[in-house]
Amino acid sequence: MAGYTEEKVAKEELTSLRHQHLLGLATYGADEIELILDTARQFRSVLERPIRRVPTLRGITVVNLFFESSTRTRISFELAEKRLSADTINFSASGSSVSKGETLKDTARNIEAMKIDMVVIRHKSPGAPHFLTRCVDAVVINAGDGAHEHPTQALLDMLTISDRFETFAGLNVSIIGDISHSRVARSNIYALRALGANVTLCGPRTMMPVEIEKMGARVTHRLDEALEGCDVAMALRIQMERQEARLFPSLREYHERFGIKMEHLERYSDLLIMHPGPVNRGVELASEVVDHERAVILNQVTNGIAVRMAVLFLLAGSRGEITDDD
Amino acid sequence: MDAKDLDRTLDRMARQIVELIEPDQDPARQFGLIGMQTRGMYLARRLKSKIKKVEDLEIPFGVLDATMYRDDFRLRLKQPVVRATDIPFDITERHLVLVDDVLYTGRTIRSALDALMDIGRPGAVHCLVIVDRGLRELPICADIIGRQVPTLPGEEVRVRVNEIDDREGVWLVEHSQPSINS
Repeated sequence: MAGYTEEKVAKEELTSLRHQHLLGLATYGADEIELILDTARQFRSVLERPIRRVPTLRGITVVNLFFESSTRTRISFELAEKRLSADTINFSASGSSVSKGETLKDTARNIEAMKIDMVVIRHKSPGAPHFLTRCVDAVVINAGDGAHEHPTQALLDMLTISDRFETFAGLNVSIIGDISHSRVARSNIYALRALGANVTLCGPRTMMPVEIEKMGARVTHRLDEALEGCDVAMALRIQMERQEARLFPSLREYHERFGIKMEHLERYSDLLIMHPGPVNRGVELASEVVDHERAVILNQVTNGIAVRMAVLFLLAGSRGEITDDD
Repeated sequence: MDAKDLDRTLDRMARQIVELIEPDQDPARQFGLIGMQTRGMYLARRLKSKIKKVEDLEIPFGVLDATMYRDDFRLRLKQPVVRATDIPFDITERHLVLVDDVLYTGRTIRSALDALMDIGRPGAVHCLVIVDRGLRELPICADIIGRQVPTLPGEEVRVRVNEIDDREGVWLVEHSQPSINS
């Protein structure tokens, strides 16, 4: 009687997320990240079929609230929603009521009045998605908030790494570039640390936040130190407006000191190169590196759709059950 | 049904599957077994090896997960886990036998049919279940049935296989009671 098999199975395997929203990966456990990746692998197979669409989210309405310009993340989310048969509405800051001075709260409440199930939000202010969860009932997915987090980017990076490596335990991953202003770096550090990888951060001193080591990462200001013994190198995009802020002398000098070049690929023969895009060729990565077979930048893009489908699916299922958190 | 009964039933159903193959059909190219995740997959695998042993026929085998096609997405409290779909052959024009453990409301088979239609256009789909417990909510029936067991809505039919359950057989239980008595 006691210890019937099903209870055992339920204990061993996580079948749904403990969170109701995806605001960041700081609070997500390794088991939740693994569940998202497992689910994403199944959705990825849908993308390879002749009919690349499943009826899973039929009747669910998702609004993409993009207060900050974005091309690939927005398109990726939109495709993921369409592949799941959800109804989607796009809202971007330019040409909307925001340019007429409406506050985020009022925008949110208007959306709420329109009976929306899920909100995907990109905003320049860190914490905007958290704020949104307090004004609306909908499920909130963070598509990037200021320099805080960009969880779906880190999840697609994890999926891409897991395609090449058996396990994250003991894997050495270096993140190179503007760590201070990077939500991608932050989400990746949380995810990689949760999964057991070692993280090295590398960049100019002007772009390295103080006490970032407290997140469990090693810090270096020399590229060779970051690449020595490294399995995966993630280059971050240099935003051109930072150059105006004089955080580094010139793009050429940045490339000289922190750009990954062919000589690095030759010296480190197993090194895998990732980049969240869009790439500045000849800055973070030399042009030949971008096109190299060990650069998996386009795999990241495909995985982005699969991961976003998984997140939408898993969180849509949590609706109605008010359980936890955030 | 204990493990022995289940094995005997599978023997019989394996022969029934072979009967479905028309004389001019090449089973390797025109026939296929599709196991439904999770237990249908193990049952279909057993049927495949039984057919191989008795008839020396190699029948292609695939796995289907219809979670993405379910119609109870908004009603469920707990999300079903999406598992692998892996059909390593083209199903178009093929005669398929869809294998599941229990036929109840018919909704799982409905979603499986939709999933198959998105993958290709099978020549025919037959449905095989170990237990038909009645209480259908959709006009769906099985072609090959292990055993018909009339049940009440509060009851539950549990098919268990050694591969994942460390016990084997079929049990009829009162709902939400973790008992194994039949």
